[in-house]
Amino acid sequence: MNSFTDAALPATDSTATTKEAPDLDAQLAKFTGTVGNVRVDNAKMSMTGVDVHYGDAQAIHNVDLDLGKNEVMAMIGPSGCGKSTFLRCLNRMNDTIESCKVAGSLTLDGEDIYERNQDVVLLRARVGIVFQKPNPFPKSIYDNVAYGPRIHGLAASKSELDDIVEQSLKRASLWSEVADRLDNPGTGLSGGQQQRLCIARTIAVSPEVILMDEPCSALDPIATAKIEELIDELGKNYTIAIVTHSMQQAARVSDRTAYFHLGRLVEVGVTNDIFTNPTHQLTENYITGRFG
Amino acid sequence: MAISSLILLLLLLTAAAYLIAKRRALQTVGGRRNASQLNSLPSHYGALAAIWCVVPALVLLLLWGVLEGPVIDRQVAAQLDPATLDGGNVNLLLNQAQNLVASGRIDSETDPLRRGLAEHYRDLQDRSGLLRSVLAIALAVIGTAFACSRITRTLRARTRVERFMLGVLAASASVAILTTLGIVLSVLFEAMQFFREVPPTDFLFGTVWSPQTAIRADQVGASGSFGAIPLFVGTLLISAIALTVAVPIGLMSAIYLSEYAHASVRSVAKPVMEVLAGIPTVVYGFFAVLTVAPAIRRLGESIGLSVASESALAAGLVMGIMIIPFVSSLSDDVIKAVPQALRDGSFGLGATKSETIRQVVFPAALPGIVGSILLAASRAIGETMIVVMAAGLSANLTINPLEAVTTVTVQIVTLLTGDQEFDSAKTLAAFALGLMLFFTTLLLNVFALHVVRKYREQYE
Repeated sequence: MNSFTDAALPATDSTATTKEAPDLDAQLAKFTGTVGNVRVDNAKMSMTGVDVHYGDAQAIHNVDLDLGKNEVMAMIGPSGCGKSTFLRCLNRMNDTIESCKVAGSLTLDGEDIYERNQDVVLLRARVGIVFQKPNPFPKSIYDNVAYGPRIHGLAASKSELDDIVEQSLKRASLWSEVADRLDNPGTGLSGGQQQRLCIARTIAVSPEVILMDEPCSALDPIATAKIEELIDELGKNYTIAIVTHSMQQAARVSDRTAYFHLGRLVEVGVTNDIFTNPTHQLTENYITGRFG
Repeated sequence: MAISSLILLLLLLTAAAYLIAKRRALQTVGGRRNASQLNSLPSHYGALAAIWCVVPALVLLLLWGVLEGPVIDRQVAAQLDPATLDGGNVNLLLNQAQNLVASGRIDSETDPLRRGLAEHYRDLQDRSGLLRSVLAIALAVIGTAFACSRITRTLRARTRVERFMLGVLAASASVAILTTLGIVLSVLFEAMQFFREVPPTDFLFGTVWSPQTAIRADQVGASGSFGAIPLFVGTLLISAIALTVAVPIGLMSAIYLSEYAHASVRSVAKPVMEVLAGIPTVVYGFFAVLTVAPAIRRLGESIGLSVASESALAAGLVMGIMIIPFVSSLSDDVIKAVPQALRDGSFGLGATKSETIRQVVFPAALPGIVGSILLAASRAIGETMIVVMAAGLSANLTINPLEAVTTVTVQIVTLLTGDQEFDSAKTLAAFALGLMLFFTTLLLNVFALHVVRKYREQYE
């Protein structure tokens, strides 16, 4: 078994093996079921037997997974492994894609979120999402953050709304940078600031769960470090699920890590264990840089 | 040689020049295998030679076409001895000679002076045609030979061809600009003549439009009155009615088509709506006169209002329907172009579809939507046919949509149709109106650009 230091294997090793495309059938044959404990004691969200189809193509195969309360869960895996698709199922963002069909049981505090009379608007207020590319609205910084509270009627007065905006920007550690120009357009900020604005916007609706879909992939290292600090801080009060391509990031910010491969959940475990002592061969190959 | 066969011959020469130069370029490096040693692709050398072949010849033909007439006229006129002129003037004689040549009826019955002139004229024309053909072909051949002689391995044919194409593109772009300038100037000069007869203040601020000028001094009602305000009020009234109809309907159908409608519905509904824009305005006109106007009149009478049989309302309503597709089709395109990421961001915060559309998609699409409305407005202001047929000709100064009004465009049409003398204030007024209309739409466009730019800064 390789140790964690092997994650820094020479790059030549990985490029040599990725040139000959990995034999998918052989990899699938190795998969017999998720390794590790998918359940936790204090589950905030609990998913059982999740299958996702895009038209005829199946993107997610029978995934079971719990998100614990106030836990940061990292989802890693090679491109196209279904981790983003799975993440988007958790607040029904996939509803906007017509061909997408989700089956299985997904619960938030024990309620089925795909139940017929589930109000998807309320669900998304409870399970917020931050996207890969920062997507501030073409409005002022203030209006970006106030957007959610306004549509959900969270503030009774202007001063209350000002308060929510200020608190959200502070928690997204953006307040000091924008306090004097709240009326400027949000689109005029730098990439890292925009992403923190999007996080502030999400926090402003006081969600219980925050989903993050590769939130740092469009950012430079300094902005990334700021967001990672922020995730660390937010993890104390929120349940966070983050999809990332950076194993270092997963190792730094998450409590537990889930490794996805070709639509299967291969291995779940405490982050430290996964990176120092992966159980499944596929996980080991990925984190040691053999492919992906 | 006839001009058409000359041009055909030139095109053949061009094709030949292309092939010859291409081949020559390949020969300089010793065949197609070594084509990579050439500075440019073989086809660039071909194109360069083709340009050298055809462009100088075409320029010559163009200049010839412009200068040929005056030069021949002068030569024929020089032959005339002023003493032999029996009362006619030189230009008249030349015209007659030209007509004789064109009709080909030079026979013994023509009087000797005119016959002599016509024959001389025909002679010169024949010689000029021959000279032109010979020169053009010679230029083409010389140009090709010149280009071919310069082909070497290092000739930068690609840069030269591309620079020539750049020139062609720039020239094409300036055609539209120069035409606009020409139109403005021609209208401007005529309008200035009008303002020499009628003071600009009377025209701009006068409230009575009655464009009658006296042909005889003792005519009744000859005191022309050229106050343009009733016309502009009529134009604005009808345009306002049309926009009141078209903007809400067009925008709402755009939102439905782009955000709610299923792809299959959209693919049918959008082209069908665009058919509305393709119906000739004359057809809209008689729809307004025969269907809409009587219906409005009956409706008005049934609730005790007096409605003119030609009303601004009828014209405005029908015009509004006509411009719906301008608003809906363009707005639909810009709404579709709003990035999905913005919608996702809004949905992700728990916004409903309608909240997302109203608060995120619509503001982001606003510059394009304003543009579509402005286009529709320009269309409404410039529209003539529907108004001629449905709104009448009487220049009432009113904002009551149930009365007959008239618009600027309609008056321009009535002033300029039929037998007119082009030096009376009555006819010249049309040009002044046209100038005013031009500036109105120009202002509208400048305003629209300003709005669009302002929001674009904010939304990018």
